[in-house]
Amino acid sequence: MAIALLSDLHSNLEALEACLRHAREGGAARYAFLGDLVGYGADPQATVDTVQRYAAEGAIAVKGNHDEATEKRAGYMNEATKDSIEWTRKALDGARKGFLAALPLVVREQDVCFVHASAASPARWEYVDGPGAARRSAEAAQAAYVFCGHVHEQLLYFESSQGRWSAFRPTPGQAIPVGRRRRWLAIVGSVGQPRDGRATAAYALFDPQREQLTFHRVPYDHLAAARKIRQAGLPEFHAFRVERGV
Amino acid sequence: MERPEPGSEIDGFRVGECVHSGAQGLIFRVIRPELGFAAVMKVPRVGPGEPAENLISFETEAMILPALAGAHVPRFVAAGDLAKTPYLVTEWIEGESLDAKLKRGPLDASEVARIGAAIADALHGLHQQDAIHLDLKPDNVVLKEDGEAVLIDFGLAHHARYPDLLAEEKRFAAGSAPYVSPEQVLGTRSDPRSDIFALGVILYEMATGELPFGVPATQAGLRDRLWVDPVPPRARARELPPWLQELILRCLEPRAEARYQSAAHVAFDLRHPEQIALTARARKTARAGLPAQLARWWRARGARPAPRLLPNAQVATAPVIMVAVDTTHADDPRQPLLQRATAQVLSLSPEYRLLCVSVIRAGPVVEGAGTAGEVAGAHLEHLVRLRHWAGPLRLPPERQSLHVIESASPERALLDFARRNHADVILLGAPSAEHQALAWWRSVASGVTAHAHCSVYVVRAGQK
Repeated sequence: MAIALLSDLHSNLEALEACLRHAREGGAARYAFLGDLVGYGADPQATVDTVQRYAAEGAIAVKGNHDEATEKRAGYMNEATKDSIEWTRKALDGARKGFLAALPLVVREQDVCFVHASAASPARWEYVDGPGAARRSAEAAQAAYVFCGHVHEQLLYFESSQGRWSAFRPTPGQAIPVGRRRRWLAIVGSVGQPRDGRATAAYALFDPQREQLTFHRVPYDHLAAARKIRQAGLPEFHAFRVERGV
Repeated sequence: MERPEPGSEIDGFRVGECVHSGAQGLIFRVIRPELGFAAVMKVPRVGPGEPAENLISFETEAMILPALAGAHVPRFVAAGDLAKTPYLVTEWIEGESLDAKLKRGPLDASEVARIGAAIADALHGLHQQDAIHLDLKPDNVVLKEDGEAVLIDFGLAHHARYPDLLAEEKRFAAGSAPYVSPEQVLGTRSDPRSDIFALGVILYEMATGELPFGVPATQAGLRDRLWVDPVPPRARARELPPWLQELILRCLEPRAEARYQSAAHVAFDLRHPEQIALTARARKTARAGLPAQLARWWRARGARPAPRLLPNAQVATAPVIMVAVDTTHADDPRQPLLQRATAQVLSLSPEYRLLCVSVIRAGPVVEGAGTAGEVAGAHLEHLVRLRHWAGPLRLPPERQSLHVIESASPERALLDFARRNHADVILLGAPSAEHQALAWWRSVASGVTAHAHCSVYVVRAGQK
């Protein structure tokens, strides 16, 4: 029974729907949304509605910093980000904001931990930006697997020997054996705002029985998503990023 | 933890005799009737008092082996739970270990070439699957009766699409001291050309009975690998042909860029020694003098691991391109088109090898007709035409080779030649309606396209 891991949706409905379709065809039976459902993109309502619908059917969903920012202002964001948060706050009604506000920071299920940023301090939104940060998050999580987002680039960290951690850049579509004997931390990439120069949505599929993890890249109508951002009057920078995948 | 022993049964495998007992683990024969082939079970020595590397290297093999396919690796059957019963069941390869063969002394050049080409075939198959062996040595090569080589023990191997569990185990993961490449000494585990270096050591050992770099016992001794110039093989075995020295020393170049870039090229040269372009390497009679050695040492001081390419992408920079030229109809208007197409394909590949092949019909054996001299004359005639055809391409001699094959079935001859020499692309002319004399090409072009193991580029003259 594979679990689809989707993070950093960023109100990009085109990308979200393409990933959900791809995951369903790939045998996903469960879904986990790893935060930052909103921000940057032009479709916050539909994105929140979609996640809410999946959550009602048992999907896991955790809170990201952009989701939190719709309820309380964050001082660390730059102007363009603040503009998009302000816009999103206006676009969402009370019920949708309530759904985001009620999301947990961390979800643990058996030997898996789902979190948006680092499990070491989930509310501080620290970036897992190296083997050391990966180790701290994994140690705090006390789980064989940590699945997270926040950093938009797909990366698999793993415990090698003597407590040292290494990073591995996955090849999309390649199933990777991830045995429970050692610990793993996967950054599943961003559905709605990939930044590695490829304008394709990123997510991952985890098969707990077979102990396999597959990172995927899914082409979607990124030009339509960028157009909507411009039409909504959101900062041009966000449209540019979606258009180019940077 | 359950321990297999002769007579016990584990997960449906009946454990037989122990065929190997080493520091890292044990190997038992196992039987499971429905398998249909002989199998062995490898059990690592793990637990208190055993080195942690045993388990990591076992885990690495259990991860990589199921992903590999082909005739040059043992078939993966099953793996036991690492926490409870760690074991790995694979096909048992019937044959002689190269190590056992070498214990009987050095081999003659033709035997070295034959075995070396078989190992190079196996490496090419591995590299094309994005895997690198990294512990190639005579112990890990099994020679089957049919002449094929099978590589065993993937405990230090690297698969570029899987996380490298040995990444942090640099000292241990550097392979076996006599065979390890300079870049492995520096901690690089992602370069398929490391296996080509190890193959060079094996070829040297097969040809001379000695190891080019001895058996270093210390880390400092291993670092010498970055610059030490081995004694030329012909200084140790005078009867060795120069082409074999050329080939071995090219495999042993300390800089990976100076070696063969693809094991397929090594295999090709070992099968066609007459086509090897000899350089100063072939003429060396002694190690480099002190100033040259110092220069090598100076360069090695700043040596850094090479940039990364997936092994298959690395191999793809060095394709084998084969063009089938009809030298029987040398004036055919499609010949320049084929030339142009060949030039275009070559221009996309920095490290290509071009094989120009002409298949001529084997003359009917009629009494009194065609002396041996006449047959040889016909062969030479076509070779000259082939050289003439390739002339305008202006290729350096080490990048091209010319082959005239006599066969009653051009299609089969081309397909066999392409497969045996690891061709990545075949170029040939399409049949033309207006040349009735060329009618036999119709079946050749379509037959080759249908049955080739690789891509086929069919060149056709546009309709006027």
